[in-house]
Amino acid sequence: MIVFENVEYVYPNGVKALDGVTLRIERGEVIALMGENGSGKTTLLKHINGLLKPTRGRVLVDGVDTKSATVAELAKKVGLVFQNAESMFFSSTVWDEVAFALRNFGYDESVVRRRVEWALNFMELGDYAESSPFLLSGGEKKRLALAIILAWSPEVIALDEPTTGQDQLQKEKLMQMIRLLKEQGRTIIISSHDVEFIAQLKPRIILMKRGRIIADGDAEKILLDESLLSSCNLLPPQIASLTKELGFIGVKPSLKHPREVAKEILEALGRILPKKLTE
Amino acid sequence: MSRVDRREAGGEAEGAPAIIRVEGLSFKYYGSDQYALRDVNLVVKKGEFIVLAGRSGCGKTTLLRCFNGLIPNFYEGEMSGRVLVDGMDTRNMPTHILSQVAGMVFQNPDNQLFALSVEADVAFPLENLGLPREVILERIEWALKILGIEDLRYRSPFELSGGQKQKVAIASVLAMRPKILLLDEPTSSLDPASAKNLIDSIVELNRREGLTIIISEHRLDLILPYADRLIVMDRGRIVRDDNPRAILKDEDLLVYGVAPPRVSEVARYVNAHGGCLRFDRMPLTIREFVEKVRGLIG
Repeated sequence: MIVFENVEYVYPNGVKALDGVTLRIERGEVIALMGENGSGKTTLLKHINGLLKPTRGRVLVDGVDTKSATVAELAKKVGLVFQNAESMFFSSTVWDEVAFALRNFGYDESVVRRRVEWALNFMELGDYAESSPFLLSGGEKKRLALAIILAWSPEVIALDEPTTGQDQLQKEKLMQMIRLLKEQGRTIIISSHDVEFIAQLKPRIILMKRGRIIADGDAEKILLDESLLSSCNLLPPQIASLTKELGFIGVKPSLKHPREVAKEILEALGRILPKKLTE
Repeated sequence: MSRVDRREAGGEAEGAPAIIRVEGLSFKYYGSDQYALRDVNLVVKKGEFIVLAGRSGCGKTTLLRCFNGLIPNFYEGEMSGRVLVDGMDTRNMPTHILSQVAGMVFQNPDNQLFALSVEADVAFPLENLGLPREVILERIEWALKILGIEDLRYRSPFELSGGQKQKVAIASVLAMRPKILLLDEPTSSLDPASAKNLIDSIVELNRREGLTIIISEHRLDLILPYADRLIVMDRGRIVRDDNPRAILKDEDLLVYGVAPPRVSEVARYVNAHGGCLRFDRMPLTIREFVEKVRGLIG
């Protein structure tokens, strides 16, 4: 369980990035932190693994105040994938990069091999096992960072803008990965302004603006609230806008799959059109 | 006929002269055992607005690099076929000449900005060309104005938001007065509202200044309503090259790792069901979809 109690964080340059954040995240939850760039999402994530410590207030991870824990201790529990994936690499091959944490935790080499192989293949990086992590493209680096987390599978996984630079197939892979980790009971916290991706994932959404939490609730509740989203410089998902605009034929606002929405539209029209013909 | 319809009926660029001609182009990066481009043939007309789509690694970036001569002049590799940009064969033309015809904007504006002020960043390439001071100032003013960022002129690029930085990067390319603007996933690090704002600026450059635009982009929902052509690439080849509505109507783009706009996806499912509603012209915006439904129920 992760608890933020009235957390304030001021960067050394005087910028207040978190301004009174109170928050409770239960084990096994999937959470999306949303908000425009600069709203405090990344700063909040960095508090969970203790990279940043609150200027005021406190953060508890499983009851332990992050101020009294070292980053190394927290790192056993919390895996954070940065937006700039490169900053976490240091090994000479992709394989070693993924194996590093596992070896550190003292896993048997045969287990390490199986997990690394599986994670690299899952992230479509099998062909690059012997390449240098630094020679990968931007999207591949991001996938490598995810493969590390996948192989390691810590209790809490924090992903900073994981969909940036990823194509649709890779986003679907990422979606599968998140669902898999959720099945394993992991707590997953994603910062993102990719509304279409989040609309598909349907997590609990925490909406941030200028360092504050301005809304917290189900994806359906938040992503269907156009004025709330636009106050945070986010655009509603297209399905949300479409279903809302089609209210006049009796379609209800939703985040459903396009296939479902198509069916609902045809059913709604079916109810209206015969009536019209008999008038 | 509305402007949109005219573009669709063949495009304003229909009768326009070709500005890029790609003939039998294949390219393999030095040290790679696979071709990044395979037998690409393409004619781009002056004033066209073209969107490049496809999976990461499909060759979009490589193709863009061929348009401003970065390939073969900067990136080493094996190239066959030829690329003519504004009549110049890119193999025989130095990059500094080509970059005045075709300017490139990259994914990450941080890689393009380095000076202490926005003005200095925009001025830098012009100073390199040895242009007179008045001309440089005039071009800076023009470029900043057209992107609506005159107020950023004396700011440091490093204190700007991602969207503002990307506009400064575009301004510094525009100041070279190119005929073609090449953009490689320019919105990928921006939040949705900033991405939309940037795309609106790019559309303005095409509509008002007549710039030829070639942009690779994952967010098709924001950009396709403005595109004359959608080019879909897969493993180094062009697999579709047509009006976006035509492609969306008969192709499941997910096969190529491309997410079609959700409205078009709904329309495709509606068409597949068959029934009282049928889209002969694929909607690219919510408004187009809703208008069609309104027309049906009267």
